[in-house]
Amino acid sequence: MTKNIKSITNPKLKLEILTPQEVQKIHHATLHIIENVGVRFPSRRALEIWEANGATVDHESMIVKVKPQIIEEAMKNAPPAYELGARDPQQHLNMDGNHVFLGTDGCGVEIMDIETGQRRSSVLKDAGDIARIADATEEIAFHWVALSAQDKPAETRGLHEIKTVWENSTKHVQTESIYNETEARAAMEMAIAVAGSKEELRKNPVLSLMQCTAPPLGHDGGSLDAALVAAEYGVPTGFMTMSSCLTTGPATIAGTLAVGNAEVLAVSALLQLAYPGAPIFYAAAQTASDPRTGVYTGGGPEDFLFGAATNVLADFYNIPLSMGSFATGAKEPNWQAGLENSMSTFMATIAMSDMLLGAGFLHGSRIWSYAQMQMDCEIYSIMHKTLQGIVVDDETLALEAIAKVGPGGNFLTQKHTRKHMYDLFLPKYMDRRPYNVWEEKQDNADDWALERAREILSTHQPDTLDLKISAEMAKVISSLEH
Amino acid sequence: MSQELFKEMAQSILDGDDEVSAELAQKALDGGIDPLAAITDGFMPGVNEVGDNFACGDAFLPELVMAGEAMKAAIAVLEPAMMASGVSRQVLGKVVLATVEGDIHEIGKTLVGTMLTSSGFKVYDMGVDVPTADLIAKAEEVGADIIGLSALLTTTMIKQKEVIDEVAKRGLKVMVMVGGAPVTKEWVQRIEADGYSEDAIGAVSVAKELMGL
Repeated sequence: MTKNIKSITNPKLKLEILTPQEVQKIHHATLHIIENVGVRFPSRRALEIWEANGATVDHESMIVKVKPQIIEEAMKNAPPAYELGARDPQQHLNMDGNHVFLGTDGCGVEIMDIETGQRRSSVLKDAGDIARIADATEEIAFHWVALSAQDKPAETRGLHEIKTVWENSTKHVQTESIYNETEARAAMEMAIAVAGSKEELRKNPVLSLMQCTAPPLGHDGGSLDAALVAAEYGVPTGFMTMSSCLTTGPATIAGTLAVGNAEVLAVSALLQLAYPGAPIFYAAAQTASDPRTGVYTGGGPEDFLFGAATNVLADFYNIPLSMGSFATGAKEPNWQAGLENSMSTFMATIAMSDMLLGAGFLHGSRIWSYAQMQMDCEIYSIMHKTLQGIVVDDETLALEAIAKVGPGGNFLTQKHTRKHMYDLFLPKYMDRRPYNVWEEKQDNADDWALERAREILSTHQPDTLDLKISAEMAKVISSLEH
Repeated sequence: MSQELFKEMAQSILDGDDEVSAELAQKALDGGIDPLAAITDGFMPGVNEVGDNFACGDAFLPELVMAGEAMKAAIAVLEPAMMASGVSRQVLGKVVLATVEGDIHEIGKTLVGTMLTSSGFKVYDMGVDVPTADLIAKAEEVGADIIGLSALLTTTMIKQKEVIDEVAKRGLKVMVMVGGAPVTKEWVQRIEADGYSEDAIGAVSVAKELMGL
């Protein structure tokens, strides 16, 4: 148990979404793609590393083709388990395959203002406020930078964001907004300031990096360079494929899995070739584009299947997984939001994704909603309870109490009831009131969830970050701004 | 000595322990403590505290019901002594309670009974499947203020109307409150019942309202 963090561990429920033979088939398809079709690595440094390690590199197209043996050998160096660090040493997150940790979703551009309820562009303060609420919320184990600090210069925005998250929370920070080498080096300096030293950062990585691939079968040059910097510092790094059936992936789920897998596996091997043993993770949020319009959907049965299947692949390569769930395509907290977020989270948690993204967004990760965040946390708690399954033993069979009550009567006054009534799940946001109470008030879960967020924001004081550390971080940022 | 005992009494209610509450009631009688004081200053504060905790969501239903049962056990010991000495505890009202004829669903009705009892009502729980004639007879016999009727089925719900019609026909001065899963506000208006609640806690407020409290 980590302080003020609720993780899913030792689940009783299991799901077999892919047989071992099917996993092998996807793996071989992936190796075939990497060897024969190739993956695009538009970074001079990445191409040099590939060339030095025996891959076929076309410098003009920047497409790299790699023999399976090179990939498989490189992946043997990837650590199967490690810890994500945190400002508070009691909030380390164990990436051991037996824990699921939830983070906030990230990089949105708009927010439903907590006071006015009006939609507006996001600013730096929003990222800090959300971090502060997440700091107080046990379902949230780590942060993505939830919203883009659009009031800050583009070239240092990602740095301002991680600074404010650290200042508002003691939990682990994972950024998905560091896109080039300069920014990455600055981020490392800031992380060193928080951790205490370069050595300490390696032992206690208070920061991790998440980069996106550029599907199909491509990468972004800046992201590659940034990830190589992180790997150099022992800061955990993952690449997320968002390959999408119909558009950036084949229309079939298996085909899209293979395309995304080729992107992630190739770049993971690259990091291991450059820095053997560097902590890396698999990240994914594949989806299907809507066949009528091609738009990003943010949820649907294909997403649910991807959510469970990808962890089988990450397990096969023996590295942790960060899986996209939640992030409904719905425009407001409603039926669609509840359905998509519950199903995606169920599938990703039953497969034991190490990291789960991410609570709080509407409209496909674009609009932040404080109410949705709290309700997403409840969905996560429901999964936490559901995955425990049913305990069957003498105590839970309750034969003594059953005999005492006999036919008729009720169990309300049994000692057994008193002992076990706390095992039952207590929802915060399900309406179980009498009809007339609802009829009179006409309020709903999102009203209560928003109220809760307001209460936390107005009362919760996170452990203060040493002002000297803040000042050091500010110095790093300003050196890039002048 | 009695202050100490009163504290233990309240605690026995909080613990929902009907054996201990009955023992303490007996101890009070043996020690010559006024039974009415034992209820008012000993057990009632416990009931009130559980009720408050329940209202805030800090206590669960089993705790509330167990507290009610413990209170009942204490009153069962103390009441004969009070009657013998010609005092009676102040009751908020007399309620004849039953699940209507043809219906054997019990738990909701029983919960209402427990809640009403622990709130200070005198409850005559007639059980389930009770014919209208028996209900009316009991209400007349004890001089009931309220008849409480439970029904879970749409097919037995009509018996609630039968009782209300019978009360009207005989011109009895007794109010009728109803409850049960299929009972809606509209049904209540149609059968002209005096009150209704969707749950046992609400039933206490309704009963108090009917008594003008």
